Amino acid sequence: MSTIKYILGSFGDPDEMMHGIDKLQENNIVIYDVFTPMPIHGIEAKLGVPPSRLPIVAFLCGLLGFTLGFSLLYYTMVYDWPMNIGGKPAFAMPNFVPVTFEVTILITALGMVAVFFFRNHLFPGRAPRVMDFRATNDRFVIAIDAKENTDHVKIESLLKEAGAIDVLHNERKYVSYE
Amino acid sequence: MSSHNESIIREPLVTGENITYAKVTDDILVSVENKPNKAWWIGFIVAALGALLWVVSVSYTFWTGIGAWGLNKTVGWAWDITTFVWWVGIGHAGTLISAVLLLFRQNWRNSINRSAEAMTIFAVICAATYVVAHMGRPWLAYWIFPIPNQFGSLWVNFNSPLVWDAFAISTYFTVSLVFWYVGLLPDIATIRDRAIGLRRRTYSILSFGWNGSVKTWQRFEIVCLILAGIATPLVLSVHTIVSMDFATSVIPGWHTTIFPPYFVAGAIFSGFAMVQTLLLVARKVLGLENYITMFHIESMNKIILVTGSIVGIAYLTEFFIAYYSGSEYEQYTFINRFLGPYWWAGCLMYGCNVLMTQLMWFKKIRTNIALSWILSIVVNIGMWFERFVIIVTSLHRDYLPSSWAMFYPTVVDVGIFIGSIGLFFTLFLLFLRVLPPVAIAEVKLLLKTQSFEAKKKLIQEGHQHAEEVKYYTASLEKYDVITESDIKELVK
Repeated sequence: MSTIKYILGSFGDPDEMMHGIDKLQENNIVIYDVFTPMPIHGIEAKLGVPPSRLPIVAFLCGLLGFTLGFSLLYYTMVYDWPMNIGGKPAFAMPNFVPVTFEVTILITALGMVAVFFFRNHLFPGRAPRVMDFRATNDRFVIAIDAKENTDHVKIESLLKEAGAIDVLHNERKYVSYE
Repeated sequence: MSSHNESIIREPLVTGENITYAKVTDDILVSVENKPNKAWWIGFIVAALGALLWVVSVSYTFWTGIGAWGLNKTVGWAWDITTFVWWVGIGHAGTLISAVLLLFRQNWRNSINRSAEAMTIFAVICAATYVVAHMGRPWLAYWIFPIPNQFGSLWVNFNSPLVWDAFAISTYFTVSLVFWYVGLLPDIATIRDRAIGLRRRTYSILSFGWNGSVKTWQRFEIVCLILAGIATPLVLSVHTIVSMDFATSVIPGWHTTIFPPYFVAGAIFSGFAMVQTLLLVARKVLGLENYITMFHIESMNKIILVTGSIVGIAYLTEFFIAYYSGSEYEQYTFINRFLGPYWWAGCLMYGCNVLMTQLMWFKKIRTNIALSWILSIVVNIGMWFERFVIIVTSLHRDYLPSSWAMFYPTVVDVGIFIGSIGLFFTLFLLFLRVLPPVAIAEVKLLLKTQSFEAKKKLIQEGHQHAEEVKYYTASLEKYDVITESDIKELVK
């Protein structure tokens, strides 16, 4: 049994990498993940990654923010301590707009980003799950689980054919930061 | 996909020979990965001395109280609020570049958004310190927020624009900071993976463990898009609310309905001028001429021209409405701007903001770096005087001639103002040293389609219309880094 855990195809060009994904998929080789230094448009559709549901989260956070903001104003200005300002109504809706709006925006932004960080396990001090140091610089890396896809020679030749500069056979999943 | 070719007639956004992904990283990280040069140290020492002046002046104000300033019974608001509005306005360009231009798919924003957003954050920090200083008893600054308290559950008055302002500025600062930091994560990861030792460990913590996987990028892009979508109305609301600090009062010269759009246009105008001031120097010192190109400079100058003209129309409208209102006090306030004792401030305001920016109609001036830089300083000065004229000139001669007065700043007033500029530049120079001044990942997106190199390849393949190529090469002439021989090589 080989000790190789992951095979990494390291490309210098995003189009060649996309070509590599096509090649692998034609041969029924499952791709574990792809690491790139910049967003690659259209790659989600190719890899079958479902669209993000963060817009829904953002909308819900917006609703929450609106409710919180408006409730705060209503509670303080109308219910808890209504003030007589020249005999004008305490429930002065137009004056409630700015603060309600600001609270809505604030909760939407913070809530959505918090969920983004939570879902992607991003937080200060998190050990980076990086497979190749150059994937954040100038390489576009396709990672293939070597245990599930056993024909390593074929994978290597497919990657090379597509234009991979390097093909790495790694015994460790992630690079060490020590 | 990244391989769609862009029309040849659009100017390249990234120039430079043999540009590769690795070269982009190397070029942009020069200032972060190397010891600072002499220019940086000189700038930093001057700025830090300014920041020191700020610390001394603000501490003195806190110790003695607002009496340290030149305010009097008639002019109760002056330098402090003037400079507050000035800084908040400057901050607006960063959000405009990062959010509004993202929604409009203006890809030239990719190489200037990072430093512009940093500028926003530092400008809002400067602005916020003025608010706190003006409270007189800054240790009670939290009274502006509706905190359950022991004063008989007395809440803040949510009918007051000053309370709206506190909410607007703090929301704006928080959202800008979050937007900026989320955008920074992939670039911090790039620094992390190139560094060693303690630097690697530090950037590792700051990078939140970013790894650039497909799902991360997908969520990253959607988060940035939604943040841009909500930051756009936010930035408009912030200066609208700042203008309502004045517009909801009954002071002639302040009580006008045109204030919100007028202030927002003015904010974008002054903000772009400050971006121009900073980036024209930064591109030279950091060697970023291939990323912040003449196209970027000219585009920003065009925005300065448009917003400056909007501000000009707002000025004319104000004067017309003052005449048309038939109100004696209103009319006097506006005549007083030119004929009163502060005539020179009025001239600086109208001259710098309206007359000088009209020079931008000339392409020769728009694409001249030295003139652009001087004009950006002129706009900064003009916009400071705009706020000064609106605030002090409207106040200093009120309804009772017996209480007319002049405002004279004290040393502390001047110290806080100059000091805040020092603070701003200290923060900005530190930013250039520790974080990438240009969004690396976003510039890489442009490389295959919108770079000089990519377009050169297209032309050399020879499937382009001759007149389109001619148009393209003619548009390259304004670029300062593209030589004539480069252009000749394209056409041959």
